[in-house]
Amino acid sequence: MDIIVNGEPQELADVITIATLLEARGLTGKRVAVERNGEIVPKSRHAETAIASGDRIEIVVAVGGG
Amino acid sequence: MSTDSLVIAGKAYGSRLLVGTGKYKDFAQTRAAIDASGAEIITVAIRRTNIGQEPGQPSILEVLPPSQFTILPNTAGCYTADDAVRTLRLGRELLDGHALCKLEVLGDPQSLFPNMPETLKAAATLVKDGFQVMVYCSDDPIQARMLEDIGVVAVMPLASLIGSGMGILNPWNLKLIIEQSKVPVLVDAGVGTASDAAIAMELGCDGVLMNTAIAGAEDPVLMAGAMKKAVEAGRDAFRAGRMPKKFYAATPSSPVGGMIGPGTR
Repeated sequence: MDIIVNGEPQELADVITIATLLEARGLTGKRVAVERNGEIVPKSRHAETAIASGDRIEIVVAVGGG
Repeated sequence: MSTDSLVIAGKAYGSRLLVGTGKYKDFAQTRAAIDASGAEIITVAIRRTNIGQEPGQPSILEVLPPSQFTILPNTAGCYTADDAVRTLRLGRELLDGHALCKLEVLGDPQSLFPNMPETLKAAATLVKDGFQVMVYCSDDPIQARMLEDIGVVAVMPLASLIGSGMGILNPWNLKLIIEQSKVPVLVDAGVGTASDAAIAMELGCDGVLMNTAIAGAEDPVLMAGAMKKAVEAGRDAFRAGRMPKKFYAATPSSPVGGMIGPGTR
């Protein structure tokens, strides 16, 4: 299953959720926001939102800026 | 807190200096400069996780936690209304539903001048979506009024180009915006040194937002303190009401009579 995370193609062996994707990237418990195909996935739904083939996922954080 | 608070979207702030968190050497310097500035509202940018951050490093919001500061997510780098709206929706999710944000939609990568049609479009969408929008804009009183009519909570005209440090280039336009606006007016962009911040406040601005003027100084922490004092001094001078300018000092400060010499020739 191929998806795009932050603009980069990624191949997934199993069906996973947003929560497991965050875990795989060491982002569990971090202050991030996630968008799936242009729609916000609220934190409360990370665990139940499954990722489908072709999904475009954005994971963002706050960084220094003016 | 003093009685002369800056009120934005119904919330009172003691400091009229808002600062950005970009371009510092490291997080320690960021924190030290922001503490020295006395700012209560600080801006952050929203970026993809793998950009601008090493894995395992603390995030900016661990160094400057939302429990201590009002975090203003911005849309720096956005060139369309759609990108800006999307970025701020992510910012709101990131900050647990926090509605206050800074909108900026740029029109040109060289000058970073705002694209006002896109800015107005984004502002309308965001206000409708429940955001409290503070908007970076051109120093055009008509567009500032349009933004106010849309329902933004603050208009933030540039004093000169972002990152230029050129100071207050058109005080008269700023004055027009200040006089007509019912929402706070903050100078956003262009301040280079403390006197620029003081001039903005003397004009009657409600606050000043800056980043490069502090982060780009040789000693950012010292400059942050200077900006704090400049904003306070400028505000006090504005409230005090300055003396009128006169070409001749028709009345000297010291008594005219009682001179030991013959006096005027």
